[in-house]
Amino acid sequence: MKIIGIKIKILTILLVGFTSLAKAQSGYQIGEIVTDFSLNNVDGKMVSLANYPNAKGFFVVFTCNHCPYAKLYEQRIMDLDKKYAAKGYPVIAINPNDPKAYSEDSFDNMIKRSEEKKYTFPYLFDETQNVAKVYGAKATPHVYLLQKTKKGLEVAYIGAIDNDTEDVNPDGKIRYAENAVDAITNNKTPKITQTKAIGCSIKWKNEK
Amino acid sequence: MKIKYIILFLFTFTISKSLSAQVKLLSIDQLEERIGQGKDTIYVINFWATWCAPCVKEIPNFEKLGVTYRNQPLKVILISVDFKSKLDKAVIPFVKRNNLKSEVYVINEESEQLYIDKISKDWTGSLPATLIVNKQKGTRKFYEQEFTYLQLEKVYLENK
Repeated sequence: MKIIGIKIKILTILLVGFTSLAKAQSGYQIGEIVTDFSLNNVDGKMVSLANYPNAKGFFVVFTCNHCPYAKLYEQRIMDLDKKYAAKGYPVIAINPNDPKAYSEDSFDNMIKRSEEKKYTFPYLFDETQNVAKVYGAKATPHVYLLQKTKKGLEVAYIGAIDNDTEDVNPDGKIRYAENAVDAITNNKTPKITQTKAIGCSIKWKNEK
Repeated sequence: MKIKYIILFLFTFTISKSLSAQVKLLSIDQLEERIGQGKDTIYVINFWATWCAPCVKEIPNFEKLGVTYRNQPLKVILISVDFKSKLDKAVIPFVKRNNLKSEVYVINEESEQLYIDKISKDWTGSLPATLIVNKQKGTRKFYEQEFTYLQLEKVYLENK
């Protein structure tokens, strides 16, 4: 009996281990509650989502300095914050890249970029890359819209800012991120909760 | 008389331009057609962009694979996901400068949303990415990663 009990315990540990492993690989799904992080901001202070008690949610945006697609979307990320921070949904930008792959993505260059462009939002350095891994971010830019609920911060939308990367198609443009936040502020479920977009793969450490 | 010359000039200009430009636009349906009607068995299809540094770095590996196994039923196809507006300004100059021998296309789709999923449900959209189709075995393997030559050769042989 005892042996069986131990066996079951081992099996459970193994199962739990595997599930958490699988989770770590795939990242957050829509409806999941996120855990807070504490990352170094370009102003030298540590930033957590808990620092924003009045926020109704967040646009957590994985982005970086070097990626041409992130550059194309930079102004639109700034516009998102300008438009939605006042409505309770500030942008939290996170650079998850290993600066060894691109020195342009170093912390010093993040400071430079945020000063040059006068970012109105924190630009955090995910030095251990753990936040990007937990979120399941694969590319830059990559948006996670979080909504504060009784259970915690819930993932409401994952994906692209819009479907018009080159910003040349005003008529056919679908603003996925804005539509999603507009829906949740009206107590509706976003019509589109997940999109895909071409982007630069995140540069992981120990990868050549 | 003048108009005739202008037309003649435009005509020759268009022809010479289309001859020198070996890069065509290709939709996903056309890609499937290209594979379906092609004589080869294995298609190694690499998705890249001129602005994507790791893509540019690994392209010689794809070129080398095509050359090394030229006597085998293998076709290497390089599909650029650069914007269509960059065909003449970026992609064609890149192909010429690097003297690429593989078939090169620029993707001709309106929405990234649609074509990313059509290529593979597993593709998040990050570059580079590679699809290996074996027509005989009926397999499609998708890789969202960079390849060294040895890694690429290994997956080719695995999928052969």
